[in-house]
Amino acid sequence: MVRPIATTRSASGVPTGRLAVWWLIASEIVIFGGLLVCYLLHRLGHPEWATYASHTNTWAGAFNTFVLLTSSLSAVLAHKAAEEGNGAKAANLLLVTCGGALTFLVVKAFEWTYEIQHGFTITANGFWAFYYTAAGLHGLHVIAGAIIMLIVAADARKGKELQRVELIGIYWHFVDLVWIFLFPLLYIAK
Amino acid sequence: MSAPSPHSHEHHPDAHGGAHATNYVKIWAILLVLLAVSLIGPELGIRTVTLLTAFGIAVVKAYMVAKYFMHLNIERRFVVQLLVVCLGLMTLFFLATAPDVMKHWGMNWRNESAKNANIPEAVHHEAGAEAGHEAAPAGHEAAPAAHEAAPAAHGAGE
Repeated sequence: MVRPIATTRSASGVPTGRLAVWWLIASEIVIFGGLLVCYLLHRLGHPEWATYASHTNTWAGAFNTFVLLTSSLSAVLAHKAAEEGNGAKAANLLLVTCGGALTFLVVKAFEWTYEIQHGFTITANGFWAFYYTAAGLHGLHVIAGAIIMLIVAADARKGKELQRVELIGIYWHFVDLVWIFLFPLLYIAK
Repeated sequence: MSAPSPHSHEHHPDAHGGAHATNYVKIWAILLVLLAVSLIGPELGIRTVTLLTAFGIAVVKAYMVAKYFMHLNIERRFVVQLLVVCLGLMTLFFLATAPDVMKHWGMNWRNESAKNANIPEAVHHEAGAEAGHEAAPAGHEAAPAAHEAAPAAHGAGE
């Protein structure tokens, strides 16, 4: 069987697949960075946004931070298991990470439902527009990561393409990193 | 730099196996302690403490995740440089646009729309004081009048 280039070549000293993930993350830094810089600029220019931010649920945000940090732990432990050639363990740990993703999304869904029911919609004002855009874009990344993780876990269980466990892990840690900054910006600074 | 792993499987010529001596559970526990501190800090109600515990600790948490979970400590240097350049571009974006977005007037320009859109009273006074301190060009003489008109725009969408 012909193996994909990403698994057989390492022209830069970094396996091509992993290099691609780093490039993806570099582009994501610019995307999320641009969004967060815009938010920061407007937040500093509009002190009244602190009042709007006081309606976000800090404990829900904190719980989701806990969930993502824990899912990052299971992702890195999955990587370790893959390095040891234990595909089944890696697959199980990736499923735990997916469970974290699902928990995160369920909490977010409850949060958004409550907020929208109380009139805090995306069109309410600038703060809520940024809140839904930033958290929504992050949520899409959580969904994408979970779907990819399920595919990688299915292969890993069969002992196939174990290097991909590390690749999805790096991506997942980045998703965690973005939330680490979103949490104080949207939930703590009031 | 990347260290070849003694456990690397065949598809992984530059695996991060050497990183796995790290006690990941310990790193996770430290991250949770930092999360707790970032929640307790703002409860004190001191602005400096809030900024340090919320944003300072976010930076520390991000550093730990990047270093120990993403294994940037053993990754090739050019990968780290690539990410740092992107962070630098983000900073450049902030610094280049901040003067326009965060102020309402400068030596030779005024941003009336930003000034009139949803500015609370506290900022009115502050902005007015700022205008008074500046050796304002002739064009700034009209600024206080524009300020008084601003409340009409309150409540308008941003």
